[in-house]
Amino acid sequence: MKKRERTPKTYARITHPLVRDKKGGPLRRAGWDEALDRAAAGLDAARGSFGMLSCARATNEMNYVAQKFTRVVMGTNNVDSCNRTCHAPSVAGLSAVFGSGGGTSSYGEVDHTDLILMWGSNARFAHPIFFQHVLRGIRNGARMYAVDPRRTSTAEWAESWLGLNVGTDIPLAHAVGREIIHAGLHNTSFIERATTGFEDYAAEVEPWTLAVAEKVTGVPAEAIRDLAHAYARAERAQLCWTLGITEHHNGTDNVRALINLSLLTGHVGRYGSGVQPLRGQNNVQGGGDMGAIPNRLPGFQDILEPDVRSKFESAWNTVIRPEYGMTLTQMFEAMETGDLKAVYCIGENPAQSEADSEQAVERMKKLDCLVVQDIFLTATAELADVVLPATAAWAETDGTTTNSERRVQRVRKAVEPPGEAREDIDIICDLAGRLGHPWKYADAESVWNELRSVSPDHYGMTYERLAEHQGIQWPCPDTDRIEPTYLHGRLWDEDPARRGRLAPFGIVKHDPPVDLTDDQYPIRLTTGRRLDSYNTGVQTGSFASPLRRGEYVELCPEDAERYGVSVGEEVRISSRRGTVQAPVWVDPGLRPGLAFMTMHFPDEVDTNQLTIEANCPIAGTAEFKASAIRIEKLPVSGPVSGSVSGFVSAPAVRS
Amino acid sequence: MTVIPLRLPRRLLEFTLDGQETRVPEGSTILDACRAAGKDIPTLCEGDTLTPKNACRVCVVEVEGARVLAPACSRKAEAGMTVLTDSPRARHSRKIVLELLASSTDLSTTPRAAEWIKEYKAKPDRFGPDAARLDEEPKIDNDLYVRDYDKCIQCYKCVDACGEQWQNSFAISVAGRGFDARISTEHDGPLTDSACVYCGNCIEVCPTGALSFKSEFDMREAGTWNEEIQTETTTICAYCGVGCNLTLHVQENEIVKVTSPHDNPVTHGNLCIKGRFGFQHVQER
Ligand code: SF4
Ligand code: SF4
Ligand code: FES
Repeated sequence: MKKRERTPKTYARITHPLVRDKKGGPLRRAGWDEALDRAAAGLDAARGSFGMLSCARATNEMNYVAQKFTRVVMGTNNVDSCNRTCHAPSVAGLSAVFGSGGGTSSYGEVDHTDLILMWGSNARFAHPIFFQHVLRGIRNGARMYAVDPRRTSTAEWAESWLGLNVGTDIPLAHAVGREIIHAGLHNTSFIERATTGFEDYAAEVEPWTLAVAEKVTGVPAEAIRDLAHAYARAERAQLCWTLGITEHHNGTDNVRALINLSLLTGHVGRYGSGVQPLRGQNNVQGGGDMGAIPNRLPGFQDILEPDVRSKFESAWNTVIRPEYGMTLTQMFEAMETGDLKAVYCIGENPAQSEADSEQAVERMKKLDCLVVQDIFLTATAELADVVLPATAAWAETDGTTTNSERRVQRVRKAVEPPGEAREDIDIICDLAGRLGHPWKYADAESVWNELRSVSPDHYGMTYERLAEHQGIQWPCPDTDRIEPTYLHGRLWDEDPARRGRLAPFGIVKHDPPVDLTDDQYPIRLTTGRRLDSYNTGVQTGSFASPLRRGEYVELCPEDAERYGVSVGEEVRISSRRGTVQAPVWVDPGLRPGLAFMTMHFPDEVDTNQLTIEANCPIAGTAEFKASAIRIEKLPVSGPVSGSVSGFVSAPAVRS
Repeated sequence: MTVIPLRLPRRLLEFTLDGQETRVPEGSTILDACRAAGKDIPTLCEGDTLTPKNACRVCVVEVEGARVLAPACSRKAEAGMTVLTDSPRARHSRKIVLELLASSTDLSTTPRAAEWIKEYKAKPDRFGPDAARLDEEPKIDNDLYVRDYDKCIQCYKCVDACGEQWQNSFAISVAGRGFDARISTEHDGPLTDSACVYCGNCIEVCPTGALSFKSEFDMREAGTWNEEIQTETTTICAYCGVGCNLTLHVQENEIVKVTSPHDNPVTHGNLCIKGRFGFQHVQER
């Protein structure tokens, strides 16, 4: 058992542009002009086969300019970002039901609700300050239910933990729905007034009796019944979910199954009642709102609507293709077939964040031109032909971001960027200029004001008002008023005209994970986050967290005993796609047959070599949460050496 | 703030503050009224995001007809009461409190302590060198935050912030009684063996600098900490989608610590480990 390095690789900032003279050659330092000329030439040569990976961590303003670059300069709608790997199913599901992809409530409402249902979300670790609102809600008398395959530290606070088998969310939701209907607890007046498809829904869930659901989900019938009654009887209820719901091959169906419960009970469109997907990156919400997705223009306006298109065409003096562009997932497939030849990747790190990451790297290597704009030389940047050093969007740039409760807030420049690094928007505009579109924005605010002029939902948010109100939630169509904190109050309107489009129940079916467990791969691996680390660890690797212990494969005590492995002992972990090696940690919150890993330390343990690229056909999100693996004890190679302090005892439950 | 009127606006009540008729919303404390009227009352254990504990008594004022002085931070204003904030009695009491505190603890990093000591003519060395409550080395057991209990005035704000008022981690609490009472971790162990999750919410509320960023502590030791040349800029956390507000304290183009605005509807002054300490990556240059 060797001592593992506790601090992961730290990344140094890139301080000047880099170019590569020939494929396979090294990156070398270049001046800005040379780098930009090369980037422009590379992108120009690939017109018609171009894709933009915009950045869900950068400002709204940068995302607005990036999608405009894609649509106006490159003439395509192939723009997307890492929302595809996390919450695209939430957006797809919410917009299919309500016509809008944002969560419907605000954090403050969680403080004052009566029931909080946390589904597939370890918020205490992944969204800690949101969880403070949950805790306040609990202190104010709300009951919390946690649905999660793991008994997480979030679940420790719940009245009841429903530990379901990975990938059985739909059966569980259907059983909850059926129980509500059979107990007569559904909100008939809301269903009649505001929804469509109830009869079909009732028929779809009918087979999911508590007994059947118990068998499939592993959750005791009594616990399902209890949740159904509590949720339906609560005066107000918040249904929150994160990647436990979305990172499945049928993520959008999962989301629909949950929203069905809110429609059934009328827990939406009222203060304190709503559905909330909690976003993983600081600006996933905003990136999509700004049109950095293949099917929507800024303000989440559908690209297929002729009126919408013509508005943007006259604003931008261009022609917008009346078609949806490629999603991130489709772009990667198109790299494989050679249909996508050039990629402009701003931020993001797909070489390590994509499922089946080795395949993703191979695909990117096939590109004629890869331009990466980032603050670090990430694994993705190392593949690039041109690397452009950018400023950190949150501390070295002015602009705005939009959080999970749709609140647009100001980010402000606090420090000077290193070396020759430049602001994202300036770099994009320089490239646009070289490609025949001399754009000039005086500052981030002028980009924002252009966005306001084309997005009715953002029109009322001037920078001044954003500062004054400590952020404003969209929609905000007027400059002199603030809308309610929750969305879709219209569904409760007596007047059908004002009520608008009714919310359809989603008729979805159970579809188990693609990667089945069997004798060869008997363990279900699920993935998630730890409190002190973040995604591929590029940012969090730089601070000395006392909580950090590197990557482990977490097993339950029973499995650890069955395999004869103890804490700290290295094992080989294999899936049908790859093999990695990691030490064991024992977590009593897991159940037999369930293992847990993160993607935080890809340079030490590349967990994504194991995950499966089984994508949700609607949203394109991969099934990061359900791989089948095998664990093998390694042959002992010599005496145990080095200090193992900290690895020998079972973990204290951190809460 | 995005305000949703849930109930009727609160009624106003009237009382006399230093001879002036004052109107404040029902439920306000005397301190709220003083602040609204621009009066500067010293406070230490009061925290704008915490339930008042009235432990330090430095904020006392005289309420006419009452036998004892009242802590302004926690006494609610009542219609018709007459309050004197600057009476000789109140001033004398504050002076004694400051003398007791300053002679038993190290107030060198307590903002405004020196100013108040001067204003109230307190004599911090009145009880001699033996008055020091503790005399121990600062506890440095991790790279993020330092505990220097010589500076602790036992206001319990950190305990409240770590406990049920905010963080609910219960990593720190009060150990011992009376003179032996002190803030401690379970079994008095290092933080790294405690339930601490390094959110730094205790540091945010600590009024004396007993709990501080390691970055600040090191700079103070090295004599390079200089608040005069620091800027404070509020921006948004780069990590998850919660959207916490961070105030970056920058000295010579380095982020030296991170606080969070207390009146913000998202964070109420609280952050998680990533927002509080995860800023270093931009400075790897
Ligand atoms: S850092 Fe957070 S968890 Fe640790 S003692 Fe302070 S408040 Fe408690
Ligand atoms: S401080 Fe923590 S909870 Fe808040 S946005 Fe940052 S990562 Fe999320
Ligand atoms: S500030 Fe009022 S008692 Fe301490």
